[in-house]
Amino acid sequence: MIESKKNMAEQAKTQKEPAAPLNTWLPAVAIAWLVPGGGHFYLGKRGRGLLLLFSVLSMFVLGLTSRGAFFQPQTGDLLTTLIYCGGFLGDVLSGFPYFLAVWMGYAQPDMPGMMHDYGTKFLVSAGLLNVLAMVDAFEIAVGRKD
Amino acid sequence: MPKIALSHMEAAALFAFFASIVLGVVSKRTDRDRLRYGLYCFGYFIVALFGLGWLMYFGHR
Repeated sequence: MIESKKNMAEQAKTQKEPAAPLNTWLPAVAIAWLVPGGGHFYLGKRGRGLLLLFSVLSMFVLGLTSRGAFFQPQTGDLLTTLIYCGGFLGDVLSGFPYFLAVWMGYAQPDMPGMMHDYGTKFLVSAGLLNVLAMVDAFEIAVGRKD
Repeated sequence: MPKIALSHMEAAALFAFFASIVLGVVSKRTDRDRLRYGLYCFGYFIVALFGLGWLMYFGHR
């Protein structure tokens, strides 16, 4: 009984923990978005940053060499909106590789074919993996992780 | 940029490899645990890959 009250008190304490100031985590998260693994480099975690850069960039390049298509935001029924807007967000979350590819004129149309399909998924997955890296950079920046 | 052609197995294994690295790096607190978790994820990806492959094989018979 006493133990459970103690736990509740501890939970209440953690719930009231003030939000970390913006300037402690925003630069790390912004850099992590723009350069995969960059947030970790910024926070001095070079080894982990290098592994993230390698993985996200490899996934992205695999998507490009498979001639995957970038999603363009489209609205319509719920499923169309979810797939196209979500896919577009996933692509953009890769950061500079996405902007560089668009700037250099990569505009593969969406076409049938196994490799094109894999490529499109690889491109979105690269962005989603970068989101995990951004969340990790945030947790390191606010001191929740080493 | 060159165009590559991979089999389903190669494409899925590469996806598993890169995803496992990221999952390992961001999930745990020590390098040893990160390595173990990365290998654990990769192993499960491959097991799921073979499992689904066989499931589809029997589903199409």
